[in-house]
Amino acid sequence: MGKVKVKKNDTFIDMTPMSDVMTLLLTFFMLTSTFVKNEPVKVNTPGSVSETKVPENGVLTILVSPEKGPTGKPTGEGQVFMSYDNTNELGQIVGNMGITLTPAQKKTFVAESTFGTPLDKLAAYLSKPAAERSKELPKMGIPLDSIQGQEMTEFQQWVNAARQVNPKVRLAIKSDADSPYGTVKKVMSELQDMDESHYYMITQLDAKKAAQAANK
Amino acid sequence: MEMMDTGKGGGKQKKMTVRVDFTPMVDMLMLLITFFMLCTSLSKPSTMELTMPSNDKTQKEDQKNEAKESHSITIYIADGDKIFYGNGKPEYDNANWLKPADWSNTSKGIRYVLQHKQVGDPSTGEAISIPYKDMDIAVKQLNRKKAENPKAYPDSIYQAEIASIKGGMIDGKKVSTMTVIIKPTDHASYRHLVDILDEMQISYIGTYVIDKLTDQDKALLAKKGIKA
Repeated sequence: MGKVKVKKNDTFIDMTPMSDVMTLLLTFFMLTSTFVKNEPVKVNTPGSVSETKVPENGVLTILVSPEKGPTGKPTGEGQVFMSYDNTNELGQIVGNMGITLTPAQKKTFVAESTFGTPLDKLAAYLSKPAAERSKELPKMGIPLDSIQGQEMTEFQQWVNAARQVNPKVRLAIKSDADSPYGTVKKVMSELQDMDESHYYMITQLDAKKAAQAANK
Repeated sequence: MEMMDTGKGGGKQKKMTVRVDFTPMVDMLMLLITFFMLCTSLSKPSTMELTMPSNDKTQKEDQKNEAKESHSITIYIADGDKIFYGNGKPEYDNANWLKPADWSNTSKGIRYVLQHKQVGDPSTGEAISIPYKDMDIAVKQLNRKKAENPKAYPDSIYQAEIASIKGGMIDGKKVSTMTVIIKPTDHASYRHLVDILDEMQISYIGTYVIDKLTDQDKALLAKKGIKA
């Protein structure tokens, strides 16, 4: 037997198909997905058979948190946060609120995805560093109670400001499935008081329920 | 470098192998995909449109739409999974007017109640009918027509047809519809509010309203042991 020369193995793996697949996946993700908004409270929307989609733009989302007591049961004192999808108009909205912010504070406000501080604390809140802000926001919320001598509650002032900037603003209520109706009712009746009676309720498609309903 | 040498001199042209190492590219793509998978949500949330009655006190009484009592059903959503309903005009001193139901898909479920609700009043000469049955037939017919000729029924026309069926117009004829009054208590969970609105959609009920509980309602619910 002749001496077998050990051939040096070429371990070059062709990565082209892999890169093809990757590009495809990446394109898919880039085109179909929307970025998750950083919300101060985790909200689990209820499932529904409705398949209507949320309008693309000009939506003022009202986030109603399921504030829980020490026992983990909802207390009915849910906090309210808001977010608006157009940063340009958001700047104008905060300008209409009748509070003075420094340009730096305003920049922070617009850059934040969700807002929900009482008006008197807003300036101080915006001056804080980002880490502290994200820790404090979940403890705050837009007050729904009317203040003496003021015609509108702070919540209504925000909605009104948004309405002035964008008369076609659409309102979407995003509330947790477990939050009690009492909290949502408060928000709804404040909206009704200002003649804003048409709004969207954000849900998620419940495929099981939809299939069940289709079979009946 | 090889290809540079062989190109010149008119020698035998060597087959060139242009192998590009894609590994770094794959690395980068993996990273990007991971980023997109973690930071984005795929499904856009759905939504329900809701129009609440205006609180405007200046609205004149005669502008308000009075639903026929025999056509209405009142649903009370209490805490937990409890749900009650009552047919027709509320009988506040009769605790038995309030009947319990549940969220299941059985004959005790609220869906069964809504889909078997009879309307009409023989004493006024109005025939008794079950609105859901009429509408179900009409919607099925519409779906069949759509399946046969999908081009004639784009989404806008289809939705308009569905809306007119819900409004009680079937083939140009008016059929009886029913009105649902939804009264959630403060302790009812938001999930059930959405659930009941879903039932409206499933059972083709076009006229419904979410109303506030009155003191009488609360007293009635208290008789059933419900804190409202």
